[in-house]
Amino acid sequence: MADDLLLPPEQRFDAVIKQNQNEDGSELSILNLGPTHPATHGIFQNILLMDGERIMDGEGTVGYIHRAFEKIAENRPFYQITPLTDRMNYCSSPINNMGWWMTVEKALNIEVPKRVQYMRVIIMELARIADHIICNSVLGVDTGALTGFLYVFQYREKIYEIYEEICGARLTTNMGRIGGFERDWSPEVFKRINDFLEEFPKIWSEFENLLVRNRIFMDRTIDVGPISAEKAISYGFTGPNLRAAGIDYDVRVMSPYSSYEDFEFDIPVGKSGDTYDRFCVRNAEVWESLKIIKQAMEKMPEGPYHADVPDYYLPPKEDVYHNMEALIYHFKIVMGEVPVPVTEVYHAVEGGNGELGFYLTTDGSRTPYRLHFRRPCFIYYQAFNDMVRGQMLSDAIATLSSLNVIAGELDA
Amino acid sequence: MDQAIILEKSIFIFTIFAITMLAAMYSTWAERKVAAWLQDRIGPNRAGPLGLLQPLADGMKLFSKEEFLPNTPNKFLFVAGPAISMSVALMTSAVIPWGDKLIIGGRTVILQATDINIGVLYVFGVLSVGVYGIMIGGWASNNKFSLMSAMRAASQMISYEVAMGMSLIALLMMSGDLSLKTISEQQAEWHWNVLYQPLGFIIFLVCSFAETNRTPFDLAECEAELIGGYHTEYSSMRMGFYLFAEYASMFISSTILAVLYFGAYNYPGMAWAVEHWGVNAANGIGIAVLFIKICAFIFFFMWVRWTIPRFRYDQLMRLGWQGLIPLAIANIFITGVIILWHDGKLF
Repeated sequence: MADDLLLPPEQRFDAVIKQNQNEDGSELSILNLGPTHPATHGIFQNILLMDGERIMDGEGTVGYIHRAFEKIAENRPFYQITPLTDRMNYCSSPINNMGWWMTVEKALNIEVPKRVQYMRVIIMELARIADHIICNSVLGVDTGALTGFLYVFQYREKIYEIYEEICGARLTTNMGRIGGFERDWSPEVFKRINDFLEEFPKIWSEFENLLVRNRIFMDRTIDVGPISAEKAISYGFTGPNLRAAGIDYDVRVMSPYSSYEDFEFDIPVGKSGDTYDRFCVRNAEVWESLKIIKQAMEKMPEGPYHADVPDYYLPPKEDVYHNMEALIYHFKIVMGEVPVPVTEVYHAVEGGNGELGFYLTTDGSRTPYRLHFRRPCFIYYQAFNDMVRGQMLSDAIATLSSLNVIAGELDA
Repeated sequence: MDQAIILEKSIFIFTIFAITMLAAMYSTWAERKVAAWLQDRIGPNRAGPLGLLQPLADGMKLFSKEEFLPNTPNKFLFVAGPAISMSVALMTSAVIPWGDKLIIGGRTVILQATDINIGVLYVFGVLSVGVYGIMIGGWASNNKFSLMSAMRAASQMISYEVAMGMSLIALLMMSGDLSLKTISEQQAEWHWNVLYQPLGFIIFLVCSFAETNRTPFDLAECEAELIGGYHTEYSSMRMGFYLFAEYASMFISSTILAVLYFGAYNYPGMAWAVEHWGVNAANGIGIAVLFIKICAFIFFFMWVRWTIPRFRYDQLMRLGWQGLIPLAIANIFITGVIILWHDGKLF
């Protein structure tokens, strides 16, 4: 089939169907899994060549919700780019926000206070938990067990309440500013995080008990959509999907950012890189994230909640009304006329799904010259057809679900 | 046959139909309530107290929806599919003994529409026709997902019928009769068949799940893979009929389980009750007891549905052909040996 790769998949598959038609009286068929199919969790199309229930070959189509974020970013001052990052992996938008602020701070050479770094760690780990809650519980839904999903979703709601208390938004958070947070966390935030740390472990272990040793669930996921470590690396896998294949690569440890080196935690790894291992790795990561949040809450230093960078951080409103310098800073920041050095930086954070990278090139003007998002979902989706070839239709659904391909991040 | 019998049977059949319909309707309500309870939610509570009018509201909504007909070459079959499913689901209730008898105005009323001497075979015959409703609907939809679902449903129901029939053979060897009435009477007091046929009961239970297309065997309509399965293209009350048929057949399956294995309308102390409280009171309790057993089975069906994931197609087939059928055959042999030993013919 490789000889006519340039043809659109329908025509390519048609040729294969014609070749195979009369060999044993059976016929291959094309099945369009998507663009709007309940299992795609977003909009992307898989054109599958099927032999009954078995998948012979597939072709993924991307771009159904492409919103040209990279191009839009070229026309926006830095602080206006966070809302774009919100809408990539919308299951863990705070990680995207924080990753973007850290990239900007790296470009502008801003050192943020320890307190801000710890706060960021807490919020990123909460977002990771929310992301894994969705991925793992939806894997349950896709294999037919809806109850676990609705049961743990209450606790995603609690995480959203924490976001709400911090920044006022829930899903697309647009959280933080260059150099820190827009305001200090209220005591209510700390109370809610502590409540969450107390209540959530019980619920999560209940959820694990429901599925981890469930014979039907194991049959449905073990050896389904496996990928070897070599192949995973050559595709560019990162995050839980790579760790499930047995590679202990984690950006938080390999190149620590935001004081991750201060915390003790393990990196769970799997063996075979199949759906079950991905599920277990994510389960274990939730426990590690809880550990990190606990440590950060204990060690949380006192101090300012933002860096002292008047060029980039909005002054308090009273000062703007009574103080000329503050008014000038306010005006310049809001208009986006802040000093930007000519530079080129790459910063990566461990997103909910894997290495979420920001490659930023500036030319000294108020907007990025070029901004590229390294989106892990886009990379996972390339491997999808390789992973499901020769498997059954139900396996394709489980594999897609456990890769956690989120359409917003896939298409950007 | 005098007119009184015709009138009596007509009223009885009408009542049974009404009860089956009502049970199916309220199974949808119960399903939502049970799901909500298991998932820590509230469930329907807007329409009437405890959401009890929800099924009526649903029915009204389904009736008033547009009846969409896909561009299919087989419009007749498309309409026939849900009709077959629905009528089959309602037909089984004819041979089920809902109670022993009542004496109304000096007249003995047998609480069974008809006591045919091959009741078990009738139930099986009718149940196997049920697959046609799904097959025809899925085929006539002219949709690949529906077709796949129809194929899955057909192969699943046919394979599990084999195991189901085999598990029943052991039961019939014990009872020596195919009439559901006789089987019920044999289970008086504590002689429930489940105590004599535990393995057969488990096989029969698993097969009932498969026959009614309930999780973990709901491959035919798994929304994550096949969107809606065989009823993807259906709308309005045609889809309502499919859903309704599913609940009706769940009700009937629960009834058959209760009648065959859990003593039907019998309860311990029934003979004593007949003696002391009269035939009507004792049998009234008997009917209530049967319905309690049925509700317990329906709850079990729902409990399982909201707890475990579903099988994959090939795993389902493997379980049926390599797991349940050999077990059922072994059960027949064990039962045979025990019967011979009990009759003193073995040694």
